[in-house]
Amino acid sequence: MSKRPVRPSNAHDADRLTPAPPPGRFLDSPTFPKQSKVELGNAVQRRNLYDAMRTIRTKRVGVTSEADDWEDLRLAGEAIKNRTLRHLDRYLLQLEESLTAAGSTVHWARDAEEANAIIVGLVNAALATPQGDQASAREVVKVKSMATQEIDMNEALEEAGIAAWETDLAELIVQLGHDRPSHILVPAIHRNRSEVRQIFLDEMGRYGRPAPDDLDSEPVNLAAAARLHLREKFLRAKVAISGANFAVAETGTLVVVESEGNGRMCLTLADTLISVVGIEKVIPSVADLEVFLQLLPRSSTAERMNPYTSFWTGPTDGDGPQATHVVLIDNGRTKVLADPVGRDALRCIRCSACINICPVYEKVGGHAYGSVYPGPIGAVLTPQLRGVASAVDASVPYASTLCGACVDVCPVRIPLPDLLVHMRHKVVEAKAHGRPHADDVAMRVTGKVLGSPGVWAATTKAISGTGAVLKKGRVDHFGPLPWPLSLWTNARDVPAPPNESFRAWYARTHHKDGSPR
Amino acid sequence: MTSARDEILARIRASLADVPADDETDVPWAYGQPRRTDDLLDLFEERVRDYGATVQRVTGHLGATVVEALLAHGVTSVVLPAGLDPAVVDAIAQAGIVIRGDTPALSRATLDETDAVVTTCAVAGAVTGTIVLDHGPGQGRRALSLVPDVHVCLVAADQVVSDVPEMVARMVPATRAGRPITWISGGSATSDIELSRVEGVHGPRTLHVLLV
Amino acid sequence: MASTPAQRGAGPATTADVGARITVALFATCANDVMFPQAPMATTRLLERLGCRVVFPTKQTCCGQPLVNTGYYDQSVPIVRNFAETFGGYDYIVAPSGSCVGAIRHQHAMLADYAKDPGLRRDVDAVTSRTFDISEFLVDVLEVTDVGAYFPHVVTFHPTCHSLRVTHVGDKPNRLLAAVGGITVRELTDADRCCGFGGTFALKNPDISVAMASDKARHVADTGAEYLVAGDNLCLLNISGVLNRQKAGIKPIHLVEVLASTAADHE
Repeated sequence: MSKRPVRPSNAHDADRLTPAPPPGRFLDSPTFPKQSKVELGNAVQRRNLYDAMRTIRTKRVGVTSEADDWEDLRLAGEAIKNRTLRHLDRYLLQLEESLTAAGSTVHWARDAEEANAIIVGLVNAALATPQGDQASAREVVKVKSMATQEIDMNEALEEAGIAAWETDLAELIVQLGHDRPSHILVPAIHRNRSEVRQIFLDEMGRYGRPAPDDLDSEPVNLAAAARLHLREKFLRAKVAISGANFAVAETGTLVVVESEGNGRMCLTLADTLISVVGIEKVIPSVADLEVFLQLLPRSSTAERMNPYTSFWTGPTDGDGPQATHVVLIDNGRTKVLADPVGRDALRCIRCSACINICPVYEKVGGHAYGSVYPGPIGAVLTPQLRGVASAVDASVPYASTLCGACVDVCPVRIPLPDLLVHMRHKVVEAKAHGRPHADDVAMRVTGKVLGSPGVWAATTKAISGTGAVLKKGRVDHFGPLPWPLSLWTNARDVPAPPNESFRAWYARTHHKDGSPR
Repeated sequence: MTSARDEILARIRASLADVPADDETDVPWAYGQPRRTDDLLDLFEERVRDYGATVQRVTGHLGATVVEALLAHGVTSVVLPAGLDPAVVDAIAQAGIVIRGDTPALSRATLDETDAVVTTCAVAGAVTGTIVLDHGPGQGRRALSLVPDVHVCLVAADQVVSDVPEMVARMVPATRAGRPITWISGGSATSDIELSRVEGVHGPRTLHVLLV
Repeated sequence: MASTPAQRGAGPATTADVGARITVALFATCANDVMFPQAPMATTRLLERLGCRVVFPTKQTCCGQPLVNTGYYDQSVPIVRNFAETFGGYDYIVAPSGSCVGAIRHQHAMLADYAKDPGLRRDVDAVTSRTFDISEFLVDVLEVTDVGAYFPHVVTFHPTCHSLRVTHVGDKPNRLLAAVGGITVRELTDADRCCGFGGTFALKNPDISVAMASDKARHVADTGAEYLVAGDNLCLLNISGVLNRQKAGIKPIHLVEVLASTAADHE
């Protein structure tokens, strides 16, 4: 059973410019354990994720082991990001100065609301500029950008009567599918080819050039349908909106790393370009790009290099947009920075390697995390950006077995398992002010038992005593048991405890000095 | 009322109260170093080919080779940026392929109706099979090497360096001068549907590199 | 290639003095103490066979990991303090658990700092640097890989996450296993993928945990092994919980129990 029907209800679409996303705010999402149960039941998604994540992991090992200085690159990436973050004010001021000198206009936004207001204002102003005698369409084309997703910009533009068109193939699939992204790099990875075909056939015609009637589900033909559908939007684009992978303080250069060329179309063909950039994206110098342009493609798409990378430094005469704006957003980042442990997460370059290797993500996909950032990085970043007050944000730090696979693949060496534990502690601290929960009582009792050698020794006797009784009853394993034991035993047997603890055996077989009896 | 800028900067300074002003993180990295490789040109060819692009060493007349490449892709019209080798331009003209100049700038629609573009490049890297354009003479504005479906790119052998550090180092002056830079590694591609790689989405679906 | 007992059986006699005069403080771990005493028993027998004196400080409880990893720092500080006090006087502290040793080495210092207790931090640093997983102690301290073991069975080995990525035991367990007489070790697909245990994760997210354990159980079953070997009993509990429910007939066994087995056990 899939919770996301391929053909969703379009009831609200009549009075909208773009396909309606699923209702509700991320903050109100069900907890991770609750939503992940639903996601686990989606067999198509599970199969897609299992195959896709395995493929990309294997490829990543290939291209990272090819670079013989890979570990040095990771150390350099970590150091450059730390160097910048530890004096972020200085580098942002330098960036502002360079951007301005290069002819870009810099805007600052404390939060999502402020960022969206700035963007709506800029788009309205750009579209009001007369373009010959033809009225401009009330629309913008978008480069794939996590920052614009984080601030829910598309919906803010929709409310302002502006259609924001996603142009990355996967984002287009998500948008036309009335869906949410489930991965930061391949947002439609939960969909298979026949679902994509159906979405294109049903929806493309409502918003532009329809898909060909004879469209089959071959990825090459699906990509060709997207090419044709989007080309008319690119060719008439007045305003484009992008993010940036890097912002260079030295020169005011912004960098976008992409594959399909949709980014280049937006960055090049529009008259006005608005780039929404998190304040943590700044790096000191152009030369630093040599480190990140090696780390990012190999960690993310697991290629030696992605097809296209664009640098732009303000507008260029006779080439591309003649007005370039940069909106620098905080939206919780300074809160992350304030935590000397948690701030390591701001090094993230959004490559997705931690997501791709996470065995928990592989089972449930991105929708269970209640955020645009899923997987290990999402589980440490979202609760820092948004706080742990909501049920979903208090649950995601626990969405990990702490297996540590992520820490070895992170190109900027973010200690993700340590940060997950750190965020769990924040959740416990926040709970300490509320009503005690069953888990809480259990952990506090456990603490008392294990914190006192005498109590623990007595406990070992009690457990062995239970074991002895069970042994008399010839019980050596348990099958299904009632709640809360059912949490373990629904699908897993558990052995009965033995009737003699180790400490009892040792005392019986050894003298106090350690010599065997 | 405090501006957003001042408030964000103040928040940052408050957040970093634990960091001493003279703290500087060392970056343990030697910048701009060449990477050891065997034959640069062989490796470059191999790596460009890995992306599904065509790469060919020019041994005979350059103009004739460019024409062969264009005809092989069924090209009937081509945009040629200013500053391209006149011998190449002549050869294309003589082959009967429609040549469009970009002065004054072609409209988006005309560019979209043009089959191909021929450009030079600024630098190329062997390990990643990358060509880099700084949109100087012979390369044209960015849209020229983007909108037409076939991109024939002329790479001089002495433009090929080992890897990303050397490419970035060579592009530092142009970047500081405010020029746009475009890195191209194979044709446009996507793996967005079931991670199945499709070559050719919005950018040129065909990249044909001629190593001169 | 498996070797015969005749080739390997001489092990105990020739290795009896490798541990001579070394006193080892055994950290049994809380779970092993009450649920899986075979592992610390095997550790004791093996180390004594190698010439060590094995003492069991009775004040020991736990490494604190169940509490730390759930976010209960305040409740784990007394456990950390107790560990440092109990084991402070020993040169070698050995545990049959890559995960517990990892927690001690990786988290105790952080918790001492959290408690703002420099004295505890000093004690913790001293004791954690002397704490070893049994596989490390054998290979790095006693410098032995052939411990004279004999185990004539087909096995497969699951390298547990924390032993690999926190404790960094590397291939030491594999080298120890390869030197066991009579053994056949079958390669496990996706060996380094997590089994889904994750401490309280197994209870907070039981369905995901079981889905992960089922993948692991399937790969284990595909090897055709009689025994699943690992260096952490709670990971074994998770995987064998599924294997047992599926009546797969594959027995879980701790690495140190294999290493403690001798030809005499199989006569």
